[in-house]
Amino acid sequence: MIRLAPRHLAVAAALALLLTLPAWVGNSYYVNIASQILLWAVLALALNVLVGYAGLVSLGHAGLFAMAGYTAALLIGAGHGHLAADAAALAVTLATTAVFAVLALRATGIGFLMITLAIGQILWGIAYRWASLTNGDNGINVGSRPAPFGLSLAGAGAFYYATLVVFLLAVASMAMLVRSPFGASLAGTRDQPRRMTALGYNVWLIRFLAILFSGLWSGVAGLLFLYYNQFISPQVVALTTSAEALLMVISGGSGTLLGPIFGAAIVVIMKNVVSAYVERWNLVLGLIFILIISFMPEGLVPGSARLWRAARQRLIGEARRDGASRAPSRAPAEPAGARTPLAPLPERGP
Amino acid sequence: MSALAVAGLDKSFGGLRVASNVNLSVEPGERRLVIGPNGAGKTTLFNLITGELAPDRGTITLNGRDITRAPSRRRAHMGLARTYQIITLFPRDTILHNVMLALLGLSPLRWNALVPLAGQHQLAERARAALARVGLDSIAERPLAQTSYGERRRVEIAMALAQEPKVLLLDEPFAGLSIDERRDIQRLLADIPREVTMVMIEHNMDVALELADRITLLHFGEVIVEGTRAEVVADQRTREVYLGS
Amino acid sequence: MSLWLTLAVNSIALGGLLFLLSSGFSLIFGLMRIPNLMHGSFFMLGAYLGVTLLWQGVNFWLAALASAAAMAVIGGLIERFLLRRLEGQVLPQVLLTLGFAFIVGDVCLMLWTGDPWQPATPDHLRGVVQVAGLYFPLFRLVIVMVAVAIAAALWLLVDWTRLGAMIRAGVDDAPIARVVGIKVSQLFTLVFALGAALAAFGGVMGAPYLSVYPGLDFEMLPLALIVVILGGIGSLLGALVGSFLIGFLYNFGQAMFPDLAYVILFLPMLLILVLRPQGLFGRVVS
Repeated sequence: MIRLAPRHLAVAAALALLLTLPAWVGNSYYVNIASQILLWAVLALALNVLVGYAGLVSLGHAGLFAMAGYTAALLIGAGHGHLAADAAALAVTLATTAVFAVLALRATGIGFLMITLAIGQILWGIAYRWASLTNGDNGINVGSRPAPFGLSLAGAGAFYYATLVVFLLAVASMAMLVRSPFGASLAGTRDQPRRMTALGYNVWLIRFLAILFSGLWSGVAGLLFLYYNQFISPQVVALTTSAEALLMVISGGSGTLLGPIFGAAIVVIMKNVVSAYVERWNLVLGLIFILIISFMPEGLVPGSARLWRAARQRLIGEARRDGASRAPSRAPAEPAGARTPLAPLPERGP
Repeated sequence: MSALAVAGLDKSFGGLRVASNVNLSVEPGERRLVIGPNGAGKTTLFNLITGELAPDRGTITLNGRDITRAPSRRRAHMGLARTYQIITLFPRDTILHNVMLALLGLSPLRWNALVPLAGQHQLAERARAALARVGLDSIAERPLAQTSYGERRRVEIAMALAQEPKVLLLDEPFAGLSIDERRDIQRLLADIPREVTMVMIEHNMDVALELADRITLLHFGEVIVEGTRAEVVADQRTREVYLGS
Repeated sequence: MSLWLTLAVNSIALGGLLFLLSSGFSLIFGLMRIPNLMHGSFFMLGAYLGVTLLWQGVNFWLAALASAAAMAVIGGLIERFLLRRLEGQVLPQVLLTLGFAFIVGDVCLMLWTGDPWQPATPDHLRGVVQVAGLYFPLFRLVIVMVAVAIAAALWLLVDWTRLGAMIRAGVDDAPIARVVGIKVSQLFTLVFALGAALAAFGGVMGAPYLSVYPGLDFEMLPLALIVVILGGIGSLLGALVGSFLIGFLYNFGQAMFPDLAYVILFLPMLLILVLRPQGLFGRVVS
């Protein structure tokens, strides 16, 4: 029997809203914004597998994202069908991610960051300079969106639903990963890598596989991006894209599933709103980065969750200690032994 | 065949010799105490045995198998477990989860990315049993962040025992505990069956001596004295090491 | 033959500029453990400032020094009031510098527009020089000489002065350095400012050669990264060797395989990461 926690109700409500969105939003412009939010959320979720759960911050994910998009675009341009192009694109992205991972894992922490940044920039350089292959700054146009099972995705509503399906698959796969033994191992390598090794885990391999998983979904997001715009250019491989993805993760809160989705919504909406009035999106992006890091480093979702819990404690009275669920957000730091009596040892005979 | 043997172990960091021709042989079921003043190289010795550090020279054997070249994670699978001097647990999780991670490390289940961990009841039961051995099963669901220092020390031991090791390395298991807590841990350790060979680093002589069959005294990375408790205590060199000559 | 020679000269000139860029980056990373993601921005902003001064008729060297000083002030302020608040938290610090990089990029775009600016080579540095029967552009040689001079000065600073000793102590072990009385926080500000100044100086020196344009910041940043990955963190010698190596690879690569210039840069980095992750001269990147 499933107990309906408030959480489940919230998820059900959100799902209902998402499924009926084109109906209650009306304007196709906003439906498109929703599609954008969902596809960027997939990238943010993919990045968060590394940032939040593996403890590895990457500034090179735009490269993986774009790898899929460009590969598909080139193959479609060469006359291949969508399915073949997409499959090949994901295969290429996976191979690229493997190389990416082997190089980046030569270090951890900041070294990892630097290597992913360098690789990301190199991929951008290739997209920009290897004009004979990528058409350089002019980008590549894609004539049509895929038509799965013969259904056209040309309309905003149809494309939205297709994106929604992919998004839900992504969320489901990530939820499954995170709750699995592998997910627990991954989180363990984030918190105590040396200990994990002593416990028998192959920390390098765990991280490598996590990066592959992350790269694959980044590629999927890249394909969604390609079909949404029906165009891809080096612009999207730039550092700003990786930074935006990271911003989505940290503004929403890393280490939770919901956080990056919120973060994607925040960044996409802000970008669209700001771009309508001001041409200086990078400036705004930078300012937001600085503000969040300086004042709200845990992100909006954990911060709000914390405030909500504090408010609830005060309302309800004695706090019910909810230790059973493996809450990904941090438990508030308490001084050791503050209120917990030492649990007695079992009685032993003489 | 010894449970754990170290022969001719050398390790230097630049000019600093942290292990100098260390020879050690621990019989199966033995309780060996490793003592020595601060900086004697005791934890370094443990790090060499577990594989966190690679020796410059020498060999390490576990139940007759040469593990000198084996990666650290392999040694865990071969029956080696350790606790740490500084508590290195997983602070964001419950006590139960901490022990489950210890169990998972040796299980092929750790590669499974499809099933929920929460549904692994057998694993959870084994983890609870390990916690029961150290008296913490009543608070298994408590987040580690809300436990006391003494409780965390016990979690460390529970995790090590959960691995069902053949050789257990304990690095200062009594550090920072009150007298009552130390007695509790002592009882706990005394109850560990002789299938498990124990090597323990400790400063707290009052509780540690009772557990020891044999004692090895280290100083500046070298074995100075080794023998039964009585022998080591009576040895002139022991006094020199601790009081200075 | 003269094509290769020209390329070689251009390479060492680029190498010199890269050294000016990456020496600061290496110092900052070595001491503060943060890869300064706004380092390219210091280079670019410094170049823009210098070029503006040059248009006002200011002497070339004065313009470079003034720009370096201005960037030192800006860098110092950022470190003192924003980075220091996050002391000990490396990742947030890195992201902060990234945020600033975006801001500076847009500010430069607003102030100096999207057109590239290329000041003329200063009069007294124009022309060619004849060495051993071959002709070399003077300015390129000057860049190299300046880079080498600054390398020597930095080496003297780090290895021979008390300040340098303090910096080295901070690089080795910041907490212990604090314990023995070294004001590590102030060192951080100083080194950050110095790094910014070096980058800016390099930017001005390079302006007649590379020109200044939007996007220069993010083109130079990965070069600094690659140089430091190659040469090792905190090693000036590594920065020097790495800079010239990259200078050669970039120029020759551009000439021989223009489409694949970036890939050419990739290869040594790949090799070093696989064979010797700590770089040629540095310590382990952790």
